[in-house]
Amino acid sequence: MTIAPTKDKATTNIGVSKPRVDVREKVTGAAIFTDDVQFGAGLLHARAKRSPYAHALIKRIDISKAKALPGVKVVVTGEDFPNRTGLYLRDRFIFARDRVRFVGEAVAGVAAVSEEIADKAVDLIEVEYEPLPGVHDPVYGASSEAPLVHPDLGSYEWPNFIFPVPGTNISNHFKVRKGDVDSVWEKCAAVVEYTFRVPHVQHVPIEPHVAIAKVDDEGNVTLWASSQSPFAQRNLIAKSLDIPESKIRVIAPLIGGGFGCKAGVTMEAIPVAIALKAKGHPVKFRLTREEEFYTNFVRQGLVAQIKVGCDKDGNLLGLQNTMYWDGGGYTDYGVNITRAGGYSGSGPFDCPNVKVDSLCVYTNHPVGGAYRGFGMSEVHTGIVQAMDMLAEKIGMDRVEFLKKNVVQEGDKILTGMTMHKTGIKECIDKAAQAINWGVKEPNSAPNKLRGKGIAVMWKAPAMPPNAGSSALIKLNEDASVTVMIGGQEIGQGTFTAMAQIAAEALGVPFESVKVKGPIDTQYSPYEWQTVASRLTWSMGNAVRNAALDARRRILDMVAEAWGENVEDLDIKDGYVISYKTEESISLKNIVVYGIPKPNDEGWIGGPVVGSGNFMPTYVTGLDKETGQGERAVVHYTTGAQAVDLEVDLDTGQITILKAVSAFDVGKAINPDLVRAQIEGGFVQGMSSAIFEEMKLVNGHMQNPSFVDYRIATSADVPEKIEAIIVEAPQDDGPFGARGIGEHPMVPTIAALANAIYNATGVRVPHPPLSAEKIYLAMLDAGIVK
Amino acid sequence: MSFHRIILTVNGSTEQVDVPGNMTLLQMLREKLALTGTKNGCAAGECGACTVLMNGEPVNSCMVLAAECNGADIITIEGLARDGQLDVIQKTIIEQGGVQCGFCTPGMLISARALLNRNPHPKEEEIREALVGNLCRCTGYNRIVSAVKAAAEVQ
Repeated sequence: MTIAPTKDKATTNIGVSKPRVDVREKVTGAAIFTDDVQFGAGLLHARAKRSPYAHALIKRIDISKAKALPGVKVVVTGEDFPNRTGLYLRDRFIFARDRVRFVGEAVAGVAAVSEEIADKAVDLIEVEYEPLPGVHDPVYGASSEAPLVHPDLGSYEWPNFIFPVPGTNISNHFKVRKGDVDSVWEKCAAVVEYTFRVPHVQHVPIEPHVAIAKVDDEGNVTLWASSQSPFAQRNLIAKSLDIPESKIRVIAPLIGGGFGCKAGVTMEAIPVAIALKAKGHPVKFRLTREEEFYTNFVRQGLVAQIKVGCDKDGNLLGLQNTMYWDGGGYTDYGVNITRAGGYSGSGPFDCPNVKVDSLCVYTNHPVGGAYRGFGMSEVHTGIVQAMDMLAEKIGMDRVEFLKKNVVQEGDKILTGMTMHKTGIKECIDKAAQAINWGVKEPNSAPNKLRGKGIAVMWKAPAMPPNAGSSALIKLNEDASVTVMIGGQEIGQGTFTAMAQIAAEALGVPFESVKVKGPIDTQYSPYEWQTVASRLTWSMGNAVRNAALDARRRILDMVAEAWGENVEDLDIKDGYVISYKTEESISLKNIVVYGIPKPNDEGWIGGPVVGSGNFMPTYVTGLDKETGQGERAVVHYTTGAQAVDLEVDLDTGQITILKAVSAFDVGKAINPDLVRAQIEGGFVQGMSSAIFEEMKLVNGHMQNPSFVDYRIATSADVPEKIEAIIVEAPQDDGPFGARGIGEHPMVPTIAALANAIYNATGVRVPHPPLSAEKIYLAMLDAGIVK
Repeated sequence: MSFHRIILTVNGSTEQVDVPGNMTLLQMLREKLALTGTKNGCAAGECGACTVLMNGEPVNSCMVLAAECNGADIITIEGLARDGQLDVIQKTIIEQGGVQCGFCTPGMLISARALLNRNPHPKEEEIREALVGNLCRCTGYNRIVSAVKAAAEVQ
């Protein structure tokens, strides 16, 4: 085979919709998820004894009857595990000690030879509680009247970017002070002040949490877990159980949906703790669907008190956002959602005077954790509706108002960071155009009202400043390439995108690149976590660097063998070619065995392995009192969503005629996978907007099943869901790419609420925007009788 | 615990299995026959991840006792492809990009196959209705619906 020796850099791998590398195994049932791993006859089944109280002191636990039940191997309680754990704020135990803080908190664990026996043993554990008054509202929780959920908060450990207020229920108070908000209101031609409430919702992956732990007689721990965070779990379990990281191995097969709830550590520590007392036995712990709803991470509720004002031309002058996050009984992860909600608390708007207070409040509710959007859906629900209200008040077209006020390259955003290049205006234009913005279109029937709404968004990856990625690339005899990574395939298609990046950087066909799980902390290179929509950008850089490293090694070898300069050589389609001599050689065999020197004088080269890493080194801290700093985040992905819908006057039901999303992804490595993220994200956002709410009464969830907690089905989804890709390249992204996984559901609640208002003249501000609520609001307003 | 000896056909081969009276078809498939392609998403008949064909009809295998399956003909996701040749619905779901995490995919494909068997040319609403018991949290469904339409056209 000869390759045309031109330095043409036309790509065949980037910006191309390659087929998913994991798809055949997923359609044939061959794909292995954690629950599918086989463990044989020694397997023990774990169950947890859970608190029936939202807030209570534990007076006594008697495990004697449970221990005596035949078939029970281990019973443990909080007494056995005294260390606190947590991703950011170390505020929780594996099993509650002394006090329970939410309904469903684990107080004891059991392992038995069958699930039935484990369930019976759980029933035999006797726990005596002394109920305490609870905190069931974050605004009340932040007040001085509220009982303390964590009286010992001041003694906990936290990183220097989290600001707890000991002696209160506030586990993080993040502030932004830009300009002078307090004096600006009187200069405004229009001001809107409104309080928005967003309820708790659940991630609802179709695969429930499952983890299996085994400890050998030397104390080596192996944990198989459906996990977005095998490395973070290794680290956190090591700390909480006083085991060195070197003795813990986490193996993470494919994930059946996560959306954030399989990040950090939650239930995974329980089987490890139990397995330490049952050495040699694998111990399997699998949440029931009911447990999935409220015993693990949920998306926390939010109360946002918002005030925005503009001048007579619609220029924003002031923006104030006070957010009370309903963090739940523990906020080990929630404190950083509050931080992210704070530093992005203006939404994607350029405003000279901004004041944000973002408070993470302990309550006696389920524990808040990462959820697709990491606080941004909740923040945008309020701020973007407030902008819609302000545009109306000043008498401006919404699109014109948004375009006048969104952040642009060079703007100093609320934290003082200079905004990078962004395609947000193009996103607004394209989304608006796609639904014929500004054109009043007829209703489909006399009992329908038609309306259009638009919402904008931004989101930065929320992570520690130094969250890192690494990658290894191994070449095989047949010139195939194995990419080893620590980031997880969670459905987003990262294995495919990484194969494309590796193929492009190395110069080999996409089909020759293999990326496969499971992620295994013993063999996979380090990755912080599969969260924050950071993999395409961060891990993509690491993979690209590893591929470039392998490429350099190959070219060095061939240059030496051919007596040429590396600069004259290239790798294309699996061949090294010389632009100078037009010679070419296949990568086959040489990447493992090397190249013989002439006349039997020896060999050059050796097995080729490339390594690469990436870590942002430029992220600075933010001042505790002002939230100001040089560069708080790595970048913002921006976008806009527009919907055209009808509201049924007889039922309050909405029918979405068309939904359009436009996002600036920097560069779409695989456009079809990007569109799939955007479409699926819109539907998850729509589901949360219309249907979803964890109904909590004194901390007890009233609807923990798919019957009572409804998510969108195939029959609920609009036929017209359009995804538009905008590309303003990211300067430090691989081929210009930045993340898109979480963003598509961020603006959806606001877009729908704005459209419902446009249709009916009635604002239903607090999700879920159910037919009942819309109907009752129309009834109140006299639109229906 | 009483055990029942049952003989049934699974993906075309005859199996004899001893099952406890409280064992579900889902558990039997996964634990006794190592057919782990059928997924457990709720164990309450609400999510559809465990859908299999039982005598040609789609059922939530978590809601069927294994002991009731004596003489039954069961097709699971592992039985959809024949001799390494994917079923047309498996091909079209790949082409349409209707797979993300893949956990709902086996049950979804079985429900789609059942629909196409009883109604080779379903209308859009019929497709959406047939899949309403199969929850998916990743894709937003439309690509799956498109895959069923495409399969109906070529089959």
